[in-house]
Amino acid sequence: MSSTDISLNKDVHHAHDEHDHHHDQNFFEKYIFSQDHKVIAKQFLFAGIFWGFVGGFLSIIFRLQLGWPEATFTFLEPILGNWIVNGKLDPEFYLALVTMHGTIMVFFVLTAGLSGTFSNFLIPLQIGARDMASGFMNMLSFWIFFLASVIMFISLFIETGPAGGGWTVYPPLSALPQAISGSAMGMTLWLVSMALFIVSQLLGGVNYITTVINLRTKGMSMTKLPLTIWAFFLTAILGLLSFPVLFSAALLLIFDRSFGTSFYLSDIYIAGEALAHTGGSAILFQHLFWFLGHPEVYIVILPTFGIVSEVIATNSRKPIFGYRAMIGSMLGISLLSFVVWAHHMFVTGMNPFLGSVFMFLTLIIAVPSAVKVFNWLATLWRGNIRFTTAMMFAIAFVSLFISGGLTGIILGNSALDIQLHDTYFVIAHFHLVMGAAAFFGMFCGIYHWFPKMFGRMMDEKLGFVHFWLTFLSAYLVFMPMHYIGIAGFPRRYYSWTGFDAFNTFTDLNSFISIAAIMGFAAQLIFLFNFIYSIFKGRRATANPWHSNTLEWTTPVNPGHGNWPGEIPTVYRWPYDYSKPGAAEDYIPQNVPFSQTQSSNLPYERDLE
Amino acid sequence: MDMVAKSLGEENNTGGVHPLKFTLWLLIISIIMMFAAFTSAYLVRRAEGNWLEYDLPNIMLINTVIIALSSVTMQLAHNAAAQDNIAKLRLMLYLTFGLGIAFLFGQWNGWAELVNNNVFFGGESSNPSGSFMYVLTGVHGFHLITGLIYVAVVIVSSLRYKVHSKSMLRIQLCTIYWHFLGGLWLYLYLFLRLNH
Repeated sequence: MSSTDISLNKDVHHAHDEHDHHHDQNFFEKYIFSQDHKVIAKQFLFAGIFWGFVGGFLSIIFRLQLGWPEATFTFLEPILGNWIVNGKLDPEFYLALVTMHGTIMVFFVLTAGLSGTFSNFLIPLQIGARDMASGFMNMLSFWIFFLASVIMFISLFIETGPAGGGWTVYPPLSALPQAISGSAMGMTLWLVSMALFIVSQLLGGVNYITTVINLRTKGMSMTKLPLTIWAFFLTAILGLLSFPVLFSAALLLIFDRSFGTSFYLSDIYIAGEALAHTGGSAILFQHLFWFLGHPEVYIVILPTFGIVSEVIATNSRKPIFGYRAMIGSMLGISLLSFVVWAHHMFVTGMNPFLGSVFMFLTLIIAVPSAVKVFNWLATLWRGNIRFTTAMMFAIAFVSLFISGGLTGIILGNSALDIQLHDTYFVIAHFHLVMGAAAFFGMFCGIYHWFPKMFGRMMDEKLGFVHFWLTFLSAYLVFMPMHYIGIAGFPRRYYSWTGFDAFNTFTDLNSFISIAAIMGFAAQLIFLFNFIYSIFKGRRATANPWHSNTLEWTTPVNPGHGNWPGEIPTVYRWPYDYSKPGAAEDYIPQNVPFSQTQSSNLPYERDLE
Repeated sequence: MDMVAKSLGEENNTGGVHPLKFTLWLLIISIIMMFAAFTSAYLVRRAEGNWLEYDLPNIMLINTVIIALSSVTMQLAHNAAAQDNIAKLRLMLYLTFGLGIAFLFGQWNGWAELVNNNVFFGGESSNPSGSFMYVLTGVHGFHLITGLIYVAVVIVSSLRYKVHSKSMLRIQLCTIYWHFLGGLWLYLYLFLRLNH
């Protein structure tokens, strides 16, 4: 803040402005400690892809264990070292694997990687701003995230292993270092890393909100914003309200672990010896955690709502169906996301009446979600659909969102949850609706905006191969999980062959694991396509998808400040596709009505 | 922070509020959410019983008066800057800073009084009711230190004649933050008073 010196004299700014444009940046200013939102977005994207591969790889290791519980994995010894004992995976390391898989995917890939990339990249470009409100805070946001990443990554390699108490880090397990090795140093690093992560998300989110509210170009009213911006805006608000609560919860957990307080701990015996902690409440942590945890799943999925809406409208060559209903449903979902957290806690012994209140509120979320699905399908209906890779991912997103969403209605019932809680049914549900779906939304965004990010196109043929393999394996992995979940197969179990009830699922588990390995291998095709296209891809034109939004009015490779000349003024909403009477099947937002007299609707004639 | 100046230069500020001021309000909201979490956790935990009741240190009432006074001096500093009364501005900023230090010192003494009454943060004889007390005052104290750093920054820039009626943003932000910290303490004090 000390460098803030802003005078109110506008002339001074212009002089300063000119100076900035001609200022040659050195390598570090341009690519490392950059304050340019486009560079920061790419930094988040690269970090997100890196973490995506780490998180995916961890899941492959535990899928090996689940798919072939009797096999010996001596071939993994070079990678895992002492975590493989006589060819068998260490049970505590298995717990660490699922914990880190969840943490990495939810927070580092689908929160930081997704919002960090697309909010940073698209908000200034689509609302017509030179950059974020505070480039410095934006840079800080990435580098604090980077620090959090480094700490989390280091925790994978320490002797006692990374955190192992599940990604929800419920105490008392996570609070007592003597409980399992995953609650020792690894958990401390997890908490430190997450605390930094939260700071990074707050810095980023505050910036996104301020930029959307304050820096829209002339004519860009809130009801002319692309749905992407609405989605990023609401995501940032959710993060702003919920992440501080997780911070509080984590802080109290740190005190319990290291300073001898008893916020979450009470009357515990370890190895026959009573601990000094008394008077704490473990359920308290769950309330605090899920107050973040539930909005968090919307922080993951909302950005993809926006991305998919945008891509579906563009590639159907049709206006998005129900623009205002889309905004309304996102507002509804955001609001409801704060009053449903206890549906994660139906079996904690809560008052059944309270459970029914949370059940009622939870099931209401089906309404705005269904509105969104209906609108996507209605947008596709009789459109001139162009099956670009991005479009395929967008359509598949809708499919996954429906498949995963339906089981949400089942799980939201507090009575059914008694049977299904902590089974693979839950795993199948949330992986489809927020895991795979959010990944598909992210891929959709990468394929669609790659030309704007790198000035080149990604290869469509490789994109199709990547898409179909990913799509098939997503369903092949998660559909069978519903069945074993209904049978009561519990999550987080290292070994299940000892239970007669679950022995019949050996083949199904091997099948899931094979599909998962196929899905992971398909991502290598994406990685190759991504890196190859950055350097050798076909050169992009300024507006390759014939899209309406402002980012396509910039040069192919937008420089610092985005538009070389004046920022374009906005005259219309972003979805004027296939407008009857128009010369082309798209009219960008910066085209005034006076230039499109043949296609203007009666009420638009007044605006000519 | 160059970017703010630059974006503003485009004259397309649609919010009507300076982006940094808006950012500050958002950060304040996130701090409010943190304390909302702590205080609701306090209420939930208290309702479960096994809750040690103790008297709030008396010095905390004095601290409340001190921080209220510091809010007054901060506002006076702000008004002095608006009237280009540099001497009064500096005096009031010094007073604010001094009162802030006094508040922290008082809180420290409050903690000492708690320890003397056998109300501990952690350890065998601690109870969550005491631990919560330390967490609420401690996290507030941490934010107050960040506020003091900001006041110090404003003091330094006022010594360089950079705070005046045509350059008010810095002291405006500082004033907002300081009033917020005072208000937050008032809330915490009343909360602790009422829930004992």
